[in-house]
Amino acid sequence: MPLEDIINRTYSAWMSTDAPHADVALSSRVRLARNLGNIPFPNQASETDLAEVVEKVQKAISRAPELSRLEVMRLSEVSALERQILVEKHLISPQLAQCTQNRLAIVAEDESVSVMVNEEDHIRIQTLLPGFQLSEAYQIADKIDDLLESQLDYAFDEQIGYIAACPTNVGTGLRVSIMVHLPALVATGRVKAVLSAVSNLGIAVRGLYGEGSEASGNLFQLSNQVTLGRSEPELIENLAAVTGQVIEQERATRKKLVLEMKDQLEDKVHRAYGILSHSRLMTSQEALRLLSDAKLGVELRLISGVDGKTLNELMVITQPAYLQSLVGQELDPLERDIRRAALIRERISNGREGKER
Amino acid sequence: MLCDECRKRPANVHITKMVNGVKSEFHLCEECARDKGELSLISESKFSFPSLLTGLLQTGSDIGVSVSRPGRTVDRCKNCGLAFSTFANMGFLGCSECYEQFGPRLEPLIRRIHGNCQHTGKVPKRMGGAAGVMREIENLRNDLAKLVSDEKYEDAAVVRDKIKALEERLSNEE
Repeated sequence: MPLEDIINRTYSAWMSTDAPHADVALSSRVRLARNLGNIPFPNQASETDLAEVVEKVQKAISRAPELSRLEVMRLSEVSALERQILVEKHLISPQLAQCTQNRLAIVAEDESVSVMVNEEDHIRIQTLLPGFQLSEAYQIADKIDDLLESQLDYAFDEQIGYIAACPTNVGTGLRVSIMVHLPALVATGRVKAVLSAVSNLGIAVRGLYGEGSEASGNLFQLSNQVTLGRSEPELIENLAAVTGQVIEQERATRKKLVLEMKDQLEDKVHRAYGILSHSRLMTSQEALRLLSDAKLGVELRLISGVDGKTLNELMVITQPAYLQSLVGQELDPLERDIRRAALIRERISNGREGKER
Repeated sequence: MLCDECRKRPANVHITKMVNGVKSEFHLCEECARDKGELSLISESKFSFPSLLTGLLQTGSDIGVSVSRPGRTVDRCKNCGLAFSTFANMGFLGCSECYEQFGPRLEPLIRRIHGNCQHTGKVPKRMGGAAGVMREIENLRNDLAKLVSDEKYEDAAVVRDKIKALEERLSNEE
């Protein structure tokens, strides 16, 4: 079963470290919001309306041979835990995971593409690629959009473009975002200045999983704020240019840290590595923080014996739902912390001995 | 006095805000004040979209920018039944027709969010027709200018021919 494959496979293509600028940029994501004409948006739609959207989208997909590699899942037929895993893998949104009736998640086998049906908008096309690949991610989304559009009547207006349920998304319906790992800027306290400069350039900044006021694991998401009045290539170029600057700042700060504070830095990353390798209890927050430190150590070649891919993968699979699915049962918080610590020790020691995952 | 936010540390930052003539006071400790300052940067949890939207809707009329716009104002969408007040609270419209129905009231809001009100991006091919072709020509003209300034004349010639073909198609259609 492809769904089981997707759920059980811990490594996703976007966790790769071979992609462009992967030392700072983790993943590039594109989202297109689309709606069908003459059917109310999901927030105002009846179950009959929602069922109509589901039927139309399913028909459109079955008619486009290029889309046949996509797996269509009815969320009502997926367990709550499995839905949470899809969220932690960034394949669907937390909002979609909460509703199930007449909701679809349409996912490509390699997880680079997912289409959510009846989330905030009727259709949300998402693509996710490793590293700094904004244009590439857009091209894939654009192609899927063309294929769907050839079968469906989108709500579109000459003046405000593609219609969306929320006025912040009208126009292109495009949200393009990139996840960056900024441990050096955070460590030196420069992150605030850099990110507030960025937010003055039409770019929104957010912490990973959007929880709390502090970005867990020094991970930040940069995305375009405006969707109307600029073309798709302009929006992508703007984000790419700004991200390029942020990447340069982070790299320069890393270099500076290595030059000026090598002892402290080596201590910090090795401490993280040590705790990850030996602890017996680990919360998901602590795991993210230490994995971030260790990742910095790997990228600066201060730590050897563990690779960046393993650390990227651990950042996802140590999240609560994922961990529980690996174990195959629901766990209380203490058990989770025990299993999480064990899982991290196992993966890291496997990496050290050069075993195949 | 204890901090309003954490209720643990003593409050030593006192903030008085005047919003539309309504006075509100906060007493925070240094740490929470700093956290609050960061909220707009990183977290969305306490700065929700509806409150922002409602703020945007209010400021317009309060400072007298968009009062008494010409044209009708409706309180409820005739197509899906969504009340404008519901939209102002939730931040979501009910159907594509809402944009028509609430047009005069939405336009200033959209302008404030996006800085303008004219879509310049992709157009569905099916809608396409003349509008789609014209937009494509415009995009190609931009490409052409860039290619010429980069002195890539061979590529520029290809783009120029494409523009010519599209212009012919457009005049044939008319």
